[in-house]
Amino acid sequence: MTAVTDLVPSYPMTRGCPFDPPAELARIRDDECPAEPGVARVRIWDGSTPWLVTRYDDVRAALADERLSADADRDGYPAASRSRRVRSRGRRRSFIMMDGPEHARHRRMLIGEFTVRRIERLRPLVEQTVTALLDAMEAGENPTDLVQAFALPLPSLVICHLLGVPYADHAFFEAQSRIMVDLTSGAEASAAASDALQDYLAGLVRERLDEPRDDVLGGMAARVAAGDLTVDEASASALLLLVAGHETTANMIALGTLTLLHHPDQLAVVRDGDAAQVRAAVEELLRVLTVTHVGRRRVATEDLEIGGVTIRAGEGVVLAAEAANRDPRQWPHPDEVDVTRGTNRHVAFGFGVHQCLGQPLARLELQIAYPALLRRFPGLRVTVPDSEIPFRDDMAVYGVHALPVAF
Amino acid sequence: MTMRVIVDKELCIGAGQCVVTAPDVFDQDDDGIVELLTDSPAEGDRDAVKEAEHVCPARVISVED
Repeated sequence: MTAVTDLVPSYPMTRGCPFDPPAELARIRDDECPAEPGVARVRIWDGSTPWLVTRYDDVRAALADERLSADADRDGYPAASRSRRVRSRGRRRSFIMMDGPEHARHRRMLIGEFTVRRIERLRPLVEQTVTALLDAMEAGENPTDLVQAFALPLPSLVICHLLGVPYADHAFFEAQSRIMVDLTSGAEASAAASDALQDYLAGLVRERLDEPRDDVLGGMAARVAAGDLTVDEASASALLLLVAGHETTANMIALGTLTLLHHPDQLAVVRDGDAAQVRAAVEELLRVLTVTHVGRRRVATEDLEIGGVTIRAGEGVVLAAEAANRDPRQWPHPDEVDVTRGTNRHVAFGFGVHQCLGQPLARLELQIAYPALLRRFPGLRVTVPDSEIPFRDDMAVYGVHALPVAF
Repeated sequence: MTMRVIVDKELCIGAGQCVVTAPDVFDQDDDGIVELLTDSPAEGDRDAVKEAEHVCPARVISVED
């Protein structure tokens, strides 16, 4: 039975506790009533009612299902906001919105830049960057905002280095990127931000056509020169890497630090633990925080079944990784933070062919950032109660807008 | 019984999860595509290989056990 009633809940839902996904999500996921086997209709911003999938096994299977398209231009695609819909229509698209062979072709051009081994070579650079930022923080104002002092500049500096984007331009691209992930941005403002960033990145690719360089944009320029890629396609991919490369990790650093400060025993494990313990802790923080908290969006290209529910061709599907990562069928006491859990089975980076390309980089940065910060400032503390922290309920990437800390 | 591992390079998306999970068995070439270091892993790598099969997002690892 999949009757649509007037009681269709809105999605995204409102959080109760800022550290947990909305309780309504857990209700849909865990209600054993056979009419709602973890899959339910939800109402999104445009009044449409795509399916919401919440259970771990179902979310994973759906993310790997080729009958679900990531193409935001298809009818029925449940865009996350009005601005996202406008932004995708008729504009240059990155491979995250492509399917099948077209997606594979574009992704394959980049995966050599993000191999585990290649990213590991960035370790000294990441360590030096962390040290320099912590030095500056120590010499600067106390209290300070951890987001501006550390959490944002670290991934921003690193992705700039990797891509070959001048960090001197960071105020520009951070501001534009912020508009893009702001769910409340007007459609025009969002499209303008996207265009401005893409034009900027296209300019950098063109510079490398004349003057080759050994960075990701340089690699893209070489493919443009070889006729394998257009400048527009290159800049669309570069835009994805630039935005995803700093928004997500910055929020993981800040929100993860706040979470650890609330759990001193767990914090001690991250601060004093060996490499394996830190690795496990990072996976647990990725699982419980799932900062990409507005669901992966897909549209069915043919009829299929998810969790016993029939999804018809043309219907939208929202895959709630934030609910799946708290599924009690997968993890005992899933709402508890336990940095010793030692599982990387979470879907915080997604699953299927679109799984995060930059995950080795994100892991490297987080594994270095948390312990370095906690060791440098053993007395680190938040100076305001949680109720005064500006959580990012309004953004496609969850986290905190600012985190006032003393050290 | 010996464990046998098969990978499908054609469908690999280079997420690198296998390299992180079972580094003695899986690697990536310069283009990011999975490389099998051995198709019959040691007994001690059994659990890690099973886990790599589970976490591979493109499901290109299969294990005959």
